[in-house]
Amino acid sequence: MKEIVILSGKGGTGKTSVTAALAHQAALAQPGRWLLADADVDAANLALLLEARATVAEPFVSGAVAVIDRDTCSDCGACEAACRYEALAQIDGRWQVDPIACEGCGACLDRCPSEALSLVPQTVGTCRRSETPYGPLHHAHLNPGQENSGKLVTAVKRRARAQAEAEGCAGLLVDGPPGIGCPVIAAVSGASLALLVTEPTVSGREDLERALATVRHFRVPARICINKADLYPEGTRAIEELGAALGVATIARLPFDLSLAEALAAGRPVTAHRPEAPVSRALAALWTTLQAPLGHTAGSA
Amino acid sequence: MRVVVASGKGGTGKTTLATALAQVAAETQAVRVLDCDVEAPNAALFLHPQWSSGAEVTRPVPRVDAERCTACGRCAEVCRFNALAVVGGAVLVFDDLCHGCGRCTWICPEQAIHEEPLTVGRIEAGWTPEGIDLAQGLLRIGQPMGLPVLRALKHWPPTTESASVSVSARPSPWIEIRDAPPGASCPVVETLRGADAVILVTEPTAFGLHDLRQVVGIVQELGLPAWVVINRDGIGQAPIDAYCAEQGLPIALRLPLERRLAEALARGQSLLAAAPEYRPAIRHLLERLRCEVSGA
Ligand code: SF4
Ligand code: SF4
Ligand code: SF4
Ligand code: SF4
Repeated sequence: MKEIVILSGKGGTGKTSVTAALAHQAALAQPGRWLLADADVDAANLALLLEARATVAEPFVSGAVAVIDRDTCSDCGACEAACRYEALAQIDGRWQVDPIACEGCGACLDRCPSEALSLVPQTVGTCRRSETPYGPLHHAHLNPGQENSGKLVTAVKRRARAQAEAEGCAGLLVDGPPGIGCPVIAAVSGASLALLVTEPTVSGREDLERALATVRHFRVPARICINKADLYPEGTRAIEELGAALGVATIARLPFDLSLAEALAAGRPVTAHRPEAPVSRALAALWTTLQAPLGHTAGSA
Repeated sequence: MRVVVASGKGGTGKTTLATALAQVAAETQAVRVLDCDVEAPNAALFLHPQWSSGAEVTRPVPRVDAERCTACGRCAEVCRFNALAVVGGAVLVFDDLCHGCGRCTWICPEQAIHEEPLTVGRIEAGWTPEGIDLAQGLLRIGQPMGLPVLRALKHWPPTTESASVSVSARPSPWIEIRDAPPGASCPVVETLRGADAVILVTEPTAFGLHDLRQVVGIVQELGLPAWVVINRDGIGQAPIDAYCAEQGLPIALRLPLERRLAEALARGQSLLAAAPEYRPAIRHLLERLRCEVSGA
């Protein structure tokens, strides 16, 4: 089974719009053969473009926070010396855990002479599955401010893979998170291809470089898609050169086209909303290119 | 005064606004910018600093002395992050999973564990031509956790004055501007901790609104005053205004969707260089922050 993860390095490059269009193309070419996953759990937007419905949600419990039992605590302060995350503070003479800062490591438990501390599991978000006209979508909602988004990403991917394998799907399309940290690492792990959507801006190029380094570090083959490629042609060339130097092919150049914004307002993939728009044609061609076997241009593999 | 510029959704123009605020503020006061997006720092691309200092950021990871270890398994039992495993009579450490809490070192009955620093990123600091003290964190490629880098950045002392820039010549209040990472999880919370006010940059699309809600959730939990800036006004019809009214969030500034601006920013021009007409509005926003935060 193929697993294509769409990444961006920098946020806001049109990654989710590209994923939605590819989901639509996949459903046109091979109805019911591709599954979808949104691994950008901090900003889970793919469902907004795929007419998601019939959502089933399940709480996602991960990690813990320390809680002080007020009746047993003697306010000795021994716990504070154990905590490396500045999560223990004295308010009006009484020790308190700041649940936002607490990482749930439990180090404070070992030092408390009164056994006043315990760890309480945390619900950090929900795992969701929805039906869409383009196939089943696995996504999630991270409660604002929670950590463990890498774990939630892993959970979403595990569920999507399990369903894809059970149903003998051809592949899985994953909308990845921005950046290069834990959620990105979770999203690329085990992927057969990473498609990096970037913009021809100085920051787009800089962030692409770091994202490509990360993808290569985990030995996942990569391809580049430049959005708004005509906005700044020298920037587009600079990105193509960066890719070429690293052996990563640029396989799509999407034009600056307000149809993308229109489709977003309509809540549909742009290729479904305006199939004749220049950007839609470029995206249809991108899907065809992605179907070619991973050949010698892989470079980074 | 410490101000965070955050957005939820990436690419809404957070860095554009943060750098413009810094440039306007630098005309009358001492300014410090912390680029807290350690996975993709971009402020330097628009502010052109001379880096003058920096340091590696490390986090502690446990190392086991095989001579002393009896493979009792206590360390693996207490580790809440599954970073330790006893396999075939020896302890394996998975550095990528370790949060550096120190619990295993403390608990080992044989005192077989000590900690060693593992490099996870860098801090770079310097001055921009207009006298802004800029520091950024860079997460090392392949490292999963940016928080240690972010924490080190927040504790990084202001760079001492360079010969060419005299901050003392500008006695008026000091401002720190933090450019936040995208998203709404722990790195955003860490950026917001200790701040006095927040500027939320969004765009009037369904994505912009969805992600704005996420950050507003955190900002409200932390009880911080916040203002909204709408960028690319006109790109969509998402009801940002109605949402802000309902949440009591003032809309401080609107920047229209203009291809001219998008092109200039793509080239690495700052907002003020591309569109100097926004200078008065940005100055006004700064004044408002100062009045309402300090109560002056
Ligand atoms: S160590 Fe235990 S008893 Fe002492 S202040 Fe902390 S929670 Fe209370
Ligand atoms: S569980 Fe860990 S992070 Fe939380 S308060 Fe205790 S020592 Fe600090
Ligand atoms: S707690 Fe100490 S002695 Fe026991 S397995 Fe761990 S390192 Fe070895
Ligand atoms: S330092 Fe903490 S997180 Fe790291 S291995 Fe030890 S107990 Fe686990």
